[in-house]
Amino acid sequence: MKPILKGILWAVIGFTGGAGLLTLVRLALGMSLWDLEPAISVGYIFGLTGWLLGVGVWDYWARAWFGLPLKKFEANGLSRYFSFNLDHKVIGLQYLAVFFFMLLTGGLFAMLMRLELMRPGREFMDPAVYNQIMSLHGIFMIAVAVAVIIGSFGNYIVPLMIGADDMAFPRLNALSFWLTPLVPLLLLSSLFFGGWDSGWTAYAPLSVTNRTGQLFYNLAFMTLGLSSIVGAVNFLTTVLTKRAPGLTWGRLPIFVWSIIATAILSLLATNFIFVVLLLATLERIAGMAFFNPAGGGNPILYQHLFWFYSHPAVYVMALPGLGVVLEVIAHFSRKPLFAYKWAVAGFLGITALSFTVWAHHMFTTGMPESRTAFMFTTELISIPTGFIFLSALGTIWQGRLRLNTPMLFGLAVIVNFLIGGITGIFLADVPTDIQLQDTFWVVAHFHYTIVSTQIFGLVAAIYYWLPKFTGRMYSERLGKIHFWWMFVTFNTTFLPMFWLGLNGMNRRVAQYPAPLGDVNMWVSLNAFLLGASFAFFVVLIALAWVRGPRAVSNPWAARTLEWQTASPPPHDNFPREPKVVGAPYDYGVPDSTHAIVPAADSGND
Amino acid sequence: MTTTTVPHTRYSRLNINRIGLWLFILSESGIFIALLAVRFYLEGTSRPEALNQTLGLIITAILLLSSLTAYRAETAIAQGDQAGFLRNTLATLILGLVFLAGVGIEWSQAFREFPPQSGFGRVFFAMTGMHAFHVLTGLILFGLLYFNGRRGAYSAESHWGVEAIVKYWHFVDVVWVFFYPALYLLS
Ligand SMILES: [Cu+2]
Repeated sequence: MKPILKGILWAVIGFTGGAGLLTLVRLALGMSLWDLEPAISVGYIFGLTGWLLGVGVWDYWARAWFGLPLKKFEANGLSRYFSFNLDHKVIGLQYLAVFFFMLLTGGLFAMLMRLELMRPGREFMDPAVYNQIMSLHGIFMIAVAVAVIIGSFGNYIVPLMIGADDMAFPRLNALSFWLTPLVPLLLLSSLFFGGWDSGWTAYAPLSVTNRTGQLFYNLAFMTLGLSSIVGAVNFLTTVLTKRAPGLTWGRLPIFVWSIIATAILSLLATNFIFVVLLLATLERIAGMAFFNPAGGGNPILYQHLFWFYSHPAVYVMALPGLGVVLEVIAHFSRKPLFAYKWAVAGFLGITALSFTVWAHHMFTTGMPESRTAFMFTTELISIPTGFIFLSALGTIWQGRLRLNTPMLFGLAVIVNFLIGGITGIFLADVPTDIQLQDTFWVVAHFHYTIVSTQIFGLVAAIYYWLPKFTGRMYSERLGKIHFWWMFVTFNTTFLPMFWLGLNGMNRRVAQYPAPLGDVNMWVSLNAFLLGASFAFFVVLIALAWVRGPRAVSNPWAARTLEWQTASPPPHDNFPREPKVVGAPYDYGVPDSTHAIVPAADSGND
Repeated sequence: MTTTTVPHTRYSRLNINRIGLWLFILSESGIFIALLAVRFYLEGTSRPEALNQTLGLIITAILLLSSLTAYRAETAIAQGDQAGFLRNTLATLILGLVFLAGVGIEWSQAFREFPPQSGFGRVFFAMTGMHAFHVLTGLILFGLLYFNGRRGAYSAESHWGVEAIVKYWHFVDVVWVFFYPALYLLS
């Protein structure tokens, strides 16, 4: 805990110094001495720097820039997880902890929303409070969806899968992780400043005129963006330069391809959200009217920039989950991944096309001349998505399926994502979108795409790789109970929302027409059951982690490299550098091998 | 038993660093592309008469010149010429500071003619501000280079820090090559 306390101390010093500096500048310019939002913004920049330096950047990295000797890193056991550790396996689990915490917290906010929506009228909370909770639920879950799989399993598994000893830039990796605890911290602190009510999209002009809580959303999202960019640089460099000998592009496990596609999207798109939030912050603190028409700004510009990031971002949310699914399905069907090259083309095709569709979120904002073009590009995306889908189906086809829990969750993703994809067509299509815009149809569609890929994908990944990172096995019986519980309640919660949307129930409003009351009551009760399934999952995993039976080192008889070493792997991953000699999924192909991992030197020969 | 040791990676540390830096620069250019888009979306190609064209031209020339001295600093250290390296690093540092001072003068005039709350002012201050922030970080890094160079931290064989910061500096310069005409020359 010492590094964290030091980080907090330095952050407080930095924040105070930054806010003080601003006060001096204001004094010099003859302005009023104190203004809350500028003080928070400037203070945060210095506070963030102080936090990073204090938590470990100074001791283990930056001292060298000034010719000082680096501190010796000495943390082991549990304290490794509370320090500036450079091991990708530690960082992966650190990511998992932060974002799983956010997932559970965001889930609690969803429960509160469903509590209010049980009945049509005003029940438990003020409509303004409802909007704050809705906004918090939205951004918590968006942060989870953007970062949880790539942060945890991307970090833990990708270097193992490519036979590397670590990521290309271990210190940057630790840096990108230590930015992330600030995200939930900032978002929860917003409640002390009146919260904010503009949802996760934070459309202007509302977001440049509402309470100070909005500023915390801006700062949190920018911080998350910074972490994403640093992570993306690291992932791409790692895959480009650290693959084991023989691991050609055509032999790369499909999960690695999904992480490559995700990293490209993060790398290229994230700075657009950074700019739009920066401009919105400047509008709040310096009166530079970019977006508010009252001051001569243009709110449509906000939407253009916001969606130029946020549409690619929905693929940042979807692709890692789809990568996990293809990975799991290939291993549990005991067959080569069907149409491997087309699946890769699918990931890369989605990556390219996702930069051409952003304005499909703006069909109702008054730009009739370009709607058809964006409808066309949006529907075009179903082609590469179809590649991934068909690859999954073709792999299952005539496979010798092993229906273990990870596989069940993988199959669930296919079913749910199909529903998400088909209902998306009605939103891509201009005439229907104009009717369905801002209704619960959108809510249902979005949850069917993002929860099914990222969250079901995450759960599949946790079951699949649990023996890898804990060395222990979960209970297959409890896992299957959990599967049916979560799969059924997910569908009974979200399927009726399509009907609610068609019947005119608006999203982001605490009240709705009385005839929709019964269905909402049903949805809420099922939502509570769905929420409870996560509590069950946490207990189940915790039990397995603490006292589950020891797992053999390759319980799934999988061929990819992460299973060809001890569980959990030693510090440098492999005793000696592995050599890749064949494709990763050639199950059932005579005389095929993916990789050879030489044993450690015995010292005798 | 004979075992051949395969190197753990075919890429040297230097090449890994280079790839990382280029990816970072690629990502960072998104910031400036977005700001250019904002400029044209909100203000078209209009610009106020009050822009100080002489000052704009002078600071542009100074920044371009600083890219040249930065390049010379890198070549000097690559040839092991410590004195030349320090001289050119210092020159880059001074030219960069003069550029920032020029932006400061520009800003003080702009505050009167087209303040940040005005139509052109908001894009002018956002663009020059973001660019100046990158110049400032570059100067801090050059300061670090000079400080470390004086105690002989870099050599002909090992000077990744110099190479990275000089590349970053060229990038900041290229950004200005797009920003300057977008702000000063279009009409
Ligand atoms: Cu979209």
